[in-house]
Amino acid sequence: MGNNLGISNTDDEEPSSNGTTRRDFLAQITYAGAGLTLVPLLAGTKDILPQAPPPNAETATINLTVNGQKHALNIDERTTLLDALRENLQMTGTKKGCDHGQCGACTVLINGRRVNSCLTFAAMCQGKEIITIEGLAKGDRLHPMQEAFIKHDAFQCGYCTPGQICSAVGLVNEGHVHNDADIHELMSGNICRCGAYQNIVDAIKEVQNIA
Amino acid sequence: MEPFKLIHPNDQHAAIASSGAANVKFIAGGTNLIDLMKLDIEKPAQLVDINSLKLQTIEALPNGSVRIGALVKNSDLAYHPVIVKNYPVLSEALLSGASPQLRNMATVGGNLLQRTRCPYFYDTSFPCNKRVPGSGCSAINGYNRNNAVLGTSTQCIATHPSDMCVAMAALGAIVHVEGLTGKRQIPFHEFHLLPEQTPQYETTLKHGELITAVELPPIRYSAKSHYLKVRDRHSYEFALASAAVALNVSNGRIEAARVALGGVGTKPWRSVEAEKALVGAAADEQSYRNAAEAALNGAKPFKDNAFKIELAKRTLVRALKTVGGMS
Ligand SMILES: Cc1cc2nc3c(=O)[nH]c(=O)nc-3n(C[C@H](O)[C@H](O)[C@H](O)COP(=O)(O)OP(=O)(O)OC[C@H]3O[C@@H](n4cnc5c(N)ncnc54)[C@H](O)[C@@H]3O)c2cc1C
Ligand code: SF4
Ligand code: FES
Ligand code: FES
Repeated sequence: MGNNLGISNTDDEEPSSNGTTRRDFLAQITYAGAGLTLVPLLAGTKDILPQAPPPNAETATINLTVNGQKHALNIDERTTLLDALRENLQMTGTKKGCDHGQCGACTVLINGRRVNSCLTFAAMCQGKEIITIEGLAKGDRLHPMQEAFIKHDAFQCGYCTPGQICSAVGLVNEGHVHNDADIHELMSGNICRCGAYQNIVDAIKEVQNIA
Repeated sequence: MEPFKLIHPNDQHAAIASSGAANVKFIAGGTNLIDLMKLDIEKPAQLVDINSLKLQTIEALPNGSVRIGALVKNSDLAYHPVIVKNYPVLSEALLSGASPQLRNMATVGGNLLQRTRCPYFYDTSFPCNKRVPGSGCSAINGYNRNNAVLGTSTQCIATHPSDMCVAMAALGAIVHVEGLTGKRQIPFHEFHLLPEQTPQYETTLKHGELITAVELPPIRYSAKSHYLKVRDRHSYEFALASAAVALNVSNGRIEAARVALGGVGTKPWRSVEAEKALVGAAADEQSYRNAAEAALNGAKPFKDNAFKIELAKRTLVRALKTVGGMS
């Protein structure tokens, strides 16, 4: 693959409450715990991020509308929407699980419909309304689906959660849910390794108003 | 992934004109092609993004046919009221495939051309005649639990993975295509090829030809139809065996029947043998069993997949019972 993507999974840069990013934290514990041997590896991480396309790549300038905001990006045409969000726009809320359409972690909404962002090229998403997990809340007010996930404890590690929530919002938009079995079937595109499924179903039922 | 050039024509003729050169491919939903490009199994030098073409509608034609644009999303087709009412077998087949997210992306044209899920086709460190012609088939003497029992050859035993295509095979759909030399209509049973000696060729579509639509001819009894899919997990999984059936039963006799199988054949497997066994027979379990025997008559098991022969028979019998019981 063109983009050195294997590294990016662990590379979330959301700052924690004391201002350190996860990578800083990792670096600190590594200094403390494993001596200096790992330092060059970690120090190099930032440089490996695929900001500049390799020399043989076809590049294009594209316009993406994400969460209502327009972005002009100069990218390698091979960039999937998932990588454009995470690597180019630094919006790491959308997660990469399998990168092959098999897990749903990368689910976003395009024109209101849920899709796997790992299986579409960013350059094919121009002119469309892309909504990610970062775009669901209105200011400080969480989306009802986010509220319901918190209320029902619908996650453990949280890695699948942005995809689950975007998928659940898409599910409600689609309007084909009448009972629990429908939720099970129509949420099957989102795998949860922690097995939070029952609570996810409860959260969706609350938003859907199914007793 | 190899670099490629991506163009976005919004005119059908321009799209066709730019696709003639070798190593140019159309891209629709991208759910199969991008997957395979990431694995360096597909390496197009140019991609023609066809999503701006006007091939997005589902129309009921005056002659009773339904014409489905090649870019109609699998989910839109599955939930379309005409399909739900008159062709439930197709709606159910679509909804049994992949996941809601993927169905929101996948198109009818792309689904027709999706490639096999044989694990050795996906793993570039193994020989595979379909991926690298002449390199050998790793599945024939390897792990072949998911491979085919019908239509196999000494060169390839891969199943065709599509659910939608099994329903379309049963319905006798017609594939409309357009190339530089004009338009053609391809009957469904002539669209996909058996592997024989050249498993790298999978359809009779010519390079550069665009699929524009799929037409479902009117079938009086297609409202009495059903798709049953059996697999290792309940959802989001390919078929081990599946059956698409439609029956016209009158006074307890079967007047007409359509039968196709999935998960067991090297192409979407219409079984004319099973249909012949059904027509004129009583609509009862014995007739359904006879039809299942006829459908699997030529099946050839491999080391790990003999179970599929019995599984396919039972799947077909159960699907026929379901439809036979529809009043
Ligand atoms: C995890 C996963 C699970 C899946 N499970 C199932 C399942 O259970 N059942 C099932 O049936 N399918 C399943 N699929 C496959 C899915 O249905 C296909 O990937 C999809 O239908 C392909 O459609 P697309 O529009 O995305 O095609 P693309 O990936 O865009 O294209 C596929 C091929 O078709 C060509 N093409 C596309 N449109 C045209 C056209 N109009 N004219 C000429 N050529 C064209 C492209 O050049 C390419 O070669 C699964 C896929 C994934 C990733
Ligand atoms: S069965 Fe076909 S696809 Fe699978 S390894 Fe053999 S040649 Fe390749
Ligand atoms: S990362 Fe896209 S489906 Fe797994
Ligand atoms: S909460 Fe951990 S994978 Fe779902």
